[in-house]
Amino acid sequence: MQLGRVIGTVVATVKTPDLEGVKFLIVQPLDRRQEPKGRAVVAADGVHMAGPGELVYIVGSREAAQAMPNTFVPVDHAIVGIVDEVAP
Amino acid sequence: MKIGTVVGTVVSTISAPVFEGRKLLLCDIVDPSGEPDGEYTIAVDAVGAGVGETVLIVDEGNGARQIVGLDTAPIRAVVVGIVDAVEG
Repeated sequence: MQLGRVIGTVVATVKTPDLEGVKFLIVQPLDRRQEPKGRAVVAADGVHMAGPGELVYIVGSREAAQAMPNTFVPVDHAIVGIVDEVAP
Repeated sequence: MKIGTVVGTVVSTISAPVFEGRKLLLCDIVDPSGEPDGEYTIAVDAVGAGVGETVLIVDEGNGARQIVGLDTAPIRAVVVGIVDAVEG
């Protein structure tokens, strides 16, 4: 999993039926010092509570779909937690 | 598998249910000589590792799901060992 910052939302009315009800957020991946690293990704919100500005952790590849209520969905990044604190 | 150094813990109240009660470790990935290679991961702790320790990390979903015992867990990275020594 990687740290990320939610920087926006994506609204798509027309989408494959499997994605109905799935919220999409734009997430900027961060390095471990919480500096932006790489290209922003569109991630499904697996916790249903994330919003712009929040520090989150995301999982990629096949495991992203596992965070969804229906685990057989075409999703390649998902937010699986909201970070309260990164303790040294 | 990868070798990492635990550099912190990630505290998260709102998360996918599988993460509840599990410790998340922020780990720098290191080369065999112990030098960080610039990558990091957030891994679920399965062995009781702590900050400063050198650990063995599996970063593959199927193995990770076996360890947490849940077929649908959105988890890829798990700390599965504490490294005593790397030789050679």
